[in-house]
Order: sequence, then structure tokens, then C-alpha cells
Amino acid sequence: MITATQQLESYLESFSEFEKLAAGHDLPWLRKLRRDAFARFCEVGFPTTHDEDWRFTNVSAIAQTPFRLTRNGRARLSQQELEPYRVPGVACQLVFVNGCFARELSLLGKLPDGVKVSSLAWEISSNPGAIEAHFGRYLDIRRDAFGALNTAFVEDGAFVHIPRGTLVEEPICLLFVSTGDDAPSMSHPRNLIVAEENSQATFGEDYVSLGGGGAAFCNTVTELVAGDHTVLSHYMIEREHEQAFNISTLRIQQGRSANVVSHSVLLGGALVRNNVHPLLAGEGGECLINGLFIGNGHQHLDNYMLVEHASPRCGSRQFYNGILDGHAHGVFHGRIIVHKDAQKTDAKQTNRNLLLSDDAQIDTKPQLEIYADDVKCTHGATIGQIEGDALFYLRSRGIDEVSARKLLLFAFASECLDRMKQGPVRKYVEGLINQYLFQMANSASTGNRREDTGRNWEEIG
Amino acid sequence: MSLLEIKNLHVKVDNHEILKGIDLKVSAGEVHSIMGPNGSGKSTLAQVLARRETYAVTSGEVSYNGKDLLAMKPEEAACEGIFMAFQYPVEIPGISNAYFLRSALNAIHKYRGLDEIDAMDFLPMFREKLKLLDMDEKLMNRSVNEGFSGGEKKRNEILQMAVLEPKLAILDETDSGLDIDALKIVAQGVDAMRNPERAIIVVTHYQRLLNYIIPDFVHVLVDGRIVRSGGPELALELEEKGYGAMEAEARHATPA
Repeated sequence: MITATQQLESYLESFSEFEKLAAGHDLPWLRKLRRDAFARFCEVGFPTTHDEDWRFTNVSAIAQTPFRLTRNGRARLSQQELEPYRVPGVACQLVFVNGCFARELSLLGKLPDGVKVSSLAWEISSNPGAIEAHFGRYLDIRRDAFGALNTAFVEDGAFVHIPRGTLVEEPICLLFVSTGDDAPSMSHPRNLIVAEENSQATFGEDYVSLGGGGAAFCNTVTELVAGDHTVLSHYMIEREHEQAFNISTLRIQQGRSANVVSHSVLLGGALVRNNVHPLLAGEGGECLINGLFIGNGHQHLDNYMLVEHASPRCGSRQFYNGILDGHAHGVFHGRIIVHKDAQKTDAKQTNRNLLLSDDAQIDTKPQLEIYADDVKCTHGATIGQIEGDALFYLRSRGIDEVSARKLLLFAFASECLDRMKQGPVRKYVEGLINQYLFQMANSASTGNRREDTGRNWEEIG
Repeated sequence: MSLLEIKNLHVKVDNHEILKGIDLKVSAGEVHSIMGPNGSGKSTLAQVLARRETYAVTSGEVSYNGKDLLAMKPEEAACEGIFMAFQYPVEIPGISNAYFLRSALNAIHKYRGLDEIDAMDFLPMFREKLKLLDMDEKLMNRSVNEGFSGGEKKRNEILQMAVLEPKLAILDETDSGLDIDALKIVAQGVDAMRNPERAIIVVTHYQRLLNYIIPDFVHVLVDGRIVRSGGPELALELEEKGYGAMEAEARHATPA
């Protein structure tokens, strides 16, 4: 067991080293940002289950592990190894290895005039003025240790800028590969996406593990600035290996009548926490937060939403479906804050869960804080099992048990898939989910099944 | 040789004996009706034949097409040509009716070593069967049974039967809850499927359905035993006298 002081010393050592050499170390504003953030991290410390926002998720495994920055993993990867992670039909795919941009592995296609997709580190070195206006302006790190840590170690990630009125038809994708190391390694990718007024685009973030299976900690933040009247989709896919820790935050700043859709698909990792935090700052904004989490073994998948209605006539929808098997533990924590002036708010959240084993667990928690008086807020949650009746019905028509199980799981997952717009990323995600659910259905014959026994199934006679 | 032969079948549910020694022979081309009051074990018999695993067979044998039916899983029984129309068809959100049926048909084709049927070939055949049951094509893209009315659910069962073309069809109280118009459509759908290669077992509480599907044999099931067997006239006699007389007879024959 290492003490809190030892933990901080380990991070302090990493930080002092990092700060000297990091891109933009000579920029006063950036240096200050990093230092302030690090001080904030030291002050706040890692959260415990006494923090309301972390009640169901214990991060002591992260706190206890002496993670070090990895800065040289990229040489080991080949184009061929990345083949399974390529998404057909996208505009570009930027590849980051252990948090650092790998140009030689990235696919850079043709983008509409004026659209900029590049590495944050490169922007910091060559054109810091372009990012200063937005950088770190939206993420609130006052009480957020992981956000503070990410900001302290900020250096690389993606920078995307979409000019006013531009329509980007093909998705802009980012692939984050952690290669693992003998020693526990960490990375802190930071993405800044600025979509100006009346632009439209789709973004994808995909987190994967390759190579070594050592403990890896990926602590990532994306700031998405959705200008007035923008129409944007964002996908987050997490499928790292079973020793990976992944903490991610998507901070969305929505302008007037901006329409933003966020899809989170959590499939991998030992401990995963996905924060989605839209602030509906302009009147008439719409936000859909759609999520699917599929866990097995001892995975812990935590979905945390903070939806802030700060302007009148905004709508938000949260829909999350979870499928949990083995000893997996899922969390849905949907917090909605309706500020005083946000009249005519229409907010809704729904969380539906399938527990496939007796040991799988879900904690689902709505948290509504309403300070306006003319609003509509609803929430609901369900927990169920694969129905014995449905399974028998399919089998009685000739469909074998594994296929029947898979069909039922897929039908449940489809509720989330159907909220994704047809396109390359959805197609890719669909294939991925199919693959995960097939494995899950296949392993179903072993272990402690949880299933409706059909007791209420008919009146005997 | 009979298509189905049940010998001395005993079945327990929750440690309670429901079937207490059933003997029944059904040959291809025949229509049998099993009638009985509530709680007599009719549905249990249908479920066991469809291989619902929650029913414990404690003794007896069932041979189907020369094979041991009790050794089969539900999907194997289905692939071997057994079809049960459910008394309470199950709603399955998220799977379209058309997709479900094509998956089922292809699973059966695969088992029998036949080619898969693609959507292009499936659709015309499917439309034809829909017409037979006077069903709206829109129901096909809806989730299986979800939001269907009671009559639509029952018709959907018969539609599945028409597509899967079983050797042995078991209709478990398909008539219950149907108004007379829906009953006629369902009965016509079933009657159209009578042929010398196919056997049908109609499980019902009332005689009305048998006006439209005239059985070759009628069996009366009371308290887990077949107490009488006869021709179609037996159904009429039951309608007239009710089950009471036969229940009394059964009690008399085997004191509890």
C-alpha cells in the first residue's frame, strides 16, 4: 500500500520532468495552466467513494499504481497491426500511440477547404494563438482530479477546427492506442474540437490496446465547442484490454440551437469511467446522449452524465442500455441541472439493463436539480434478465440456443444502435457489437445463468 | 408406423404431477383434437412435445418419426418438423417479424442440409402466406408480436406455421380469445395445411374451432389422463354434456 504522499511524489516527479520538455514549455499561459492544474490535482487528490459523484466507483487501483508517462511506444507498431482498427469510409483517422500523435500511422484524407485536423502538440509549437482562445476554458477542474491531472500533463491529442457554415460529410476519426509497457504506464490525451456556427460534422474516438498487457491508464479529455446552429455527432468507443484503466470526459459547450449527439460505447477495460458533460448555454439547444455498455468478467463500467441546462427551451435526452455478465459492475449516474433561467427545459433520461448472471451488478442513479419552475424532467430505469419465454419461443422455431441468445442481446443493443445515424461509424460499431455479443452468447452455456424460469409462463392446463 | 407415439407419459411441474400416464398415437395425415377442462394437462402435453425444458418427464416414452423426442432440444424438435402454436405468443422487442421468420426458416434449412434462403426469395413466399391469413404487410416489419392484438398474435402463429411447414403441428388453444371472424381465418389457414404428410394436434377447451377444422379423432383429457377417445361426434357430446360427467367418471375409475 502506498500512501497519499507517495502517490503525489510519484506524480510530482513525472510532472517536473514533463514540464521541462513538453511542447509549449516556454509559453507562459500554458505553463501557468499546467502548474495551476497540477496544484489543483494535489489539492483535490483522487476521489473516494465518499464523493457523491464517485459513490459506485472505487479508483484506489489507479491511485495505488505508480504510473509513469510513456513517450516512446510508437516505433513498435506497424500499419498492418492497425488494420482491424481502420474504419472504412471516414475522412481521416489520426492515430495516437500512448497519447502521442503518430503521423506515419495516420490516414489523412481530403477535407473541405478550411477544415483543420492536426495534432495539438504541433499546434502548440507552431500556432499557439489558434488554441489559446478555447483551450481549457470549458473543463471545470476545480473539483475534478482527473480533469486537473489531464490538464497538468496536457501536450498532445487532436485539434480540429471547422469553419463557419462548413459541412464535413465523412467522419473525422481519432484512434488512441496504448501499447502497454513492463512498468505501469499512463497517458493524458487532450482533444479540442471547435465547430463554428452553422457547421456540421461527425467525430469518432476509439480507445484500444495493442501489444503488451501491462497496466495502462488512459486519462482523456475532449472539449467540444458546438457553435450556434451546429449539427454534430460524437462517438466514443472504449475497448482496451482487461488491465486498462480509462477515464474519459467529453465536455460539450453548446451554442444557440446547436444540436449535438453523443454516443458512448463501452466494451473493454478493467475500470472505465465515461463522463459526458454538455452545457446547453444557448437558447433552443438539443442534446442526445446515447450509450451502450457491455461488460463481462470483473469489468467496471461507469457512465456519468452531467447535463446542464443553462438557457431556455433546450431539450436533452439520455438513453443508456447496459448488458452485464460474469462479475461485471455497471453504473449509470445521470445528473441533470436546470438553472434558474432555463425555463421550458425538456429533459429525459432512461437507463435499461440486462443482467445475465447472478453476480453482475448495476447501480443506477438519477439526480435532478431543478431551479427553474416551468420544466419537464423525467427519468426511468429498468433491470431485467433474458427472458426464458423469449428464448424458448425462438428455439421452438428452430433457432439454436446460442443464436437465440445472441438475437435477444442484439435486439436489446439495437435500441442504442438505432439512435445512431446511418454511416461509416455506425456500421463499424454495429460489427463490433455483433462480435462482442456473439462471444457473450457463446460463453453463456457455462457459469451461473440468470434466467426467468418460466414460472409465470402459463396457466397449467 | 405412427408419426408420433406417446407411451405412458408422466410429467411433473414444481413437484406436482400433471400428466399421469398418457398414451397416444398420431399418424401422418390425421388431425387429432385434445379437449379437456382447465388444469387437465393439455398445455403441459403441448409444451412437452415442443420440448420446453422446465417440464420434468418422470417416466414414459415419446417417439417421433422413429426418433426419441424426449432426447431432443427445442430447436432440434423444430428442425425435425415439430411446430407448436403458442397459447400465449411471446413479444420480442427489437427483432422484426420478417427477420425472425427468415432466421428460423434458415436454421431449419441448415439442419436439413438445404440452401439458405435470401431475402429476395423469401419475400414473395412470405407475402403469399400473409394473404392466406389476411394479415397486413406492415406487421412484418414490426417487432415480433409487439403491440399486436390478441387476434394478430394468433394469426401470426399460424403464419409461422405456414412458412415453416411442419410435419407435426400442435395448436395450443389457438382459438381462445378469438372473435368468430378471426377464428374462421385462423381455422381456414390451418385447414389449408391439411395434407397426407402432415399431422395436426388441436388442443382446445371448446368445440367451436372443431366446426372449422374437423378432426379425425377426439381425445378427452381429464386430470392428466385420456379418459375417452372417439371420432368428431365426441366433441359434440362434450359440448352438450360438459366435462362434468367425464370428470366424475375419471374420479370413479381412479380414486385419488
